[in-house]
Amino acid sequence: MCRLVAITSNEYFSPVENILALETMKEGHDGSGLGLTLRDLGGEFEELKGYPILSGICSKKGVQMLNEFMHKAGFTLKDIWTPKIKHLKGIMRRDYYFARIYDYPESYRNKSMHEKEDLLMNIRLSLRKIGESDGSMFVFSFYPDVITLKEVGDPLQVYEFFGLDKNTIKAKIIFAQGRQNTNYVIYLYACHPFFIQGYCSMTNGENTAFVPIREFLMSRGFPGYLGYNSDSEVFTHTLHYTVRQLGLPLTYYKDVITPLKASELEMREDKEALKLLKHSLRPLCIDGPNVVIGFTPEGTCFMVHDSKKLRPGVVGGVRGKYALLSEECGLDRAIPERNKSEDIFPMKYDMVMVTPQAEEVRVWNQLQGT
Amino acid sequence: MEPATRNVDYLINVPRLDHNHQLSLREFPYIIRWRDDRCKRCGSCTAVCPVKAIEPTVKIQRIVQSEGALPTPVVVRKIVPIVEQVTDMDRYCTGCGACTLVCPNEAIEPEYNPQNKFLHYKNKGGEGYKRGGRRNDPSISTLDRLKFTRISMLTDPALDAGRHEFHVRTLLGRILPPEDLPLKKSNGKLMVDKMSDTFIPPVREIFPIMIGSMSVGALSPPMWEGLAMGVSYLNEVEGLPVVMCTGEGGVPPRLLKSKYLKYFIIQIASGYFGWDEIIHALPYMREDPAAIEIKYGQGAKPGDGGLLMAQKVLKLIASIRGVPQFIDLASPPTHQTKYSIEEAVAKMIQSMSMAWGFRVPVYPKISGTKTARAVLNNLARNPYASALSIDGEDGGTGAAYNVSMDKMGHPIASNIRECYLDLVKQGKQNELPLIAAGGIAKKGNLAANTAALIMLGASAVSIGKYIMQAAANCFGDEYNRCNLCNTGRCPRGITTQDPKLYRRLDSDKVAERVVEVFKSANVELKKIFAPMGRSTELPIGMSDGLSIDDKAMAERLEISYAC
Repeated sequence: MCRLVAITSNEYFSPVENILALETMKEGHDGSGLGLTLRDLGGEFEELKGYPILSGICSKKGVQMLNEFMHKAGFTLKDIWTPKIKHLKGIMRRDYYFARIYDYPESYRNKSMHEKEDLLMNIRLSLRKIGESDGSMFVFSFYPDVITLKEVGDPLQVYEFFGLDKNTIKAKIIFAQGRQNTNYVIYLYACHPFFIQGYCSMTNGENTAFVPIREFLMSRGFPGYLGYNSDSEVFTHTLHYTVRQLGLPLTYYKDVITPLKASELEMREDKEALKLLKHSLRPLCIDGPNVVIGFTPEGTCFMVHDSKKLRPGVVGGVRGKYALLSEECGLDRAIPERNKSEDIFPMKYDMVMVTPQAEEVRVWNQLQGT
Repeated sequence: MEPATRNVDYLINVPRLDHNHQLSLREFPYIIRWRDDRCKRCGSCTAVCPVKAIEPTVKIQRIVQSEGALPTPVVVRKIVPIVEQVTDMDRYCTGCGACTLVCPNEAIEPEYNPQNKFLHYKNKGGEGYKRGGRRNDPSISTLDRLKFTRISMLTDPALDAGRHEFHVRTLLGRILPPEDLPLKKSNGKLMVDKMSDTFIPPVREIFPIMIGSMSVGALSPPMWEGLAMGVSYLNEVEGLPVVMCTGEGGVPPRLLKSKYLKYFIIQIASGYFGWDEIIHALPYMREDPAAIEIKYGQGAKPGDGGLLMAQKVLKLIASIRGVPQFIDLASPPTHQTKYSIEEAVAKMIQSMSMAWGFRVPVYPKISGTKTARAVLNNLARNPYASALSIDGEDGGTGAAYNVSMDKMGHPIASNIRECYLDLVKQGKQNELPLIAAGGIAKKGNLAANTAALIMLGASAVSIGKYIMQAAANCFGDEYNRCNLCNTGRCPRGITTQDPKLYRRLDSDKVAERVVEVFKSANVELKKIFAPMGRSTELPIGMSDGLSIDDKAMAERLEISYAC
């Protein structure tokens, strides 16, 4: 079972908070990797919010290819951030870890965000394709105000390896996953959190309905639905498909992945629409055991479970700072000053949502639809 | 022993052992083992034999006996009554074993003869061998070689078949792609846009095992009634939404107007038998049928029509089908009024949909074939097509040429898989349900075969032969046992219209067995899905759950190989 820590705040904070919470939850875990997604960046990135950031890892050969490709695609490099790598035993250092800030090609500067998002995703996919066969390039995200870092190893060590303890990098939303490798070979593209066009999620547990879900997503005709080196990537794509592609409100994500039974549907005001959705999106139904923690482009963070609730999850905090985690002890470490009696342990019908800037927490009940 | 009467010719000028043009019993598929010492000569076996393969006769027995203190052997000849198997190919022993059933002393039983040359001779009068049943191939089918190998262990807890809630249901009917749903947002909630002119096709939520098309006429009254009662009970009392297809041959008038019609799929085939009555009953129907199945083909006899032999067309059958009594009722191989796939499929589906105000799913049934994907692609573009049922080569029938049954058709496993993967390529795997039939539970593994087909991509399966075997003790098997369905002399009373035969069958008992079969299949399906971590939705297309012990098969089915 992977360890998950998502923190959302109205102030910039360091990823060390996530890492320490992960460390608290370490008992029994092998710590086979760390994935970090930072959104709403502070520090040196604060002035560059409108520019897309390409996060990834390259070999020496890969850097050359990357430069050539981006130049041809019309992107201008504005800035580069690289972690200050500290050599640590047990972590294999790759050539070049980067977060490169680009300016859009001239022709795209005045286009809508929707069009820009499609361009950024297609560029990312092309780069992935170029570097995937020989491992010369890994790209995790290409989006404004978002950085993704991933590496294999114990999370605390990876954190030190990236020199984040000495760095000033901060953000208002940080997702961290402490990987517990199960039945797949450790591969960077299999590491959470997964990101696509402003939507991000990380997951606990195996996804027993993976293959039909993957086939359904891949057959939607959307170029970004590929990869699936981890069975958890489909949760991110289902989120993106539900909210961005189908234009459904976020709460319907819960209705898509864990639809209500026919008798339960009758209690909902929108039952007629739900019945149609349930049939049409039947292949996206999950069977668990999973807890999904995600964020949307406008900055709402959420947590949902499969309908059998076979994985733990807790949400708690204070106004202005909330954490969504897989274990209670991690929450104690992340936000010790909170009132513990107000912690939320979402049950099978619940979707817990923390509004942008960690303003408030809402528990949406699927049964009542409110 | 020797014959009690001798042919006069033999005595005069023919050598006695020249039986050159007679067949020996070794040529026959079943040889009767009769025990002289056990038989009490009651005659039950010879009376019950549906084909008169055995008859009472007398033989002369030569006995050497001695009486008194010293050996004084004396030869005596006694005439003894015996039971004898005839060597007439028209009266071959079918191995049904009705004789064994009625024998009070276990003195008789047929034994399968693997050396038989039955098919060499079963063409007397220049007529090919016709029979009922299914393909005579007793080997292990592909379905029975599929294993469920993705077991949830520790990294993902297996579910508890007894404790967790399971939803073993499927959808019969066309499903709109999510992008096409007529929905609008109002205060953050989704509502169905009533002003939209998008057609929302009818969909039924059913149990994924259906009883396939077997007509009133092909089946005896108690058999059909037993199935119908069982299905109704499962729905009304057990809450298991099992549906059953009527086959071609109409529907009993009382059922047409009853509230139970909703559990029945009405079939229309190329003979259109019974449809005059069905159409006339439309204004009186209290419920819509579950669906309409348009039969274009049948797995047991692909490209062949249907035939109800004259001897089965009794008064009730004649009245339901709207035909005179005692005439052969032939359904042509194709729908004669149609001439192209657009005509045969699209217009017919639309016409049938229209008859019920577009409230009833309408789908075609075809035989398993390499061309199934062509039909599928036609249907995938037809907004009124509700499903596609594919009947594989192991499907059963009441009457067909043996060559059609044994050699024609396509196995269901790869046919359903390629169709499903074709739909996946088009992104329509959830829009058009595939129904698989033909050879399901051939070896009795109903739930396992069903689950395997579902994981290969079927939304539901249809059973026919199996339910006759399980619910009414049909003798038929893949060693050509019995298979007399076409003759109207079914020894179990399942496929006959002869009251003397069908009174052997108790419709209540059939109904009881139908209920038992489906209830146990429901439990067994859960026992398969639970360890694989699936309970909320049917694992349609969950091919990572399956493996097979043959590399070529694994490659063809695009599943893993395990040994």
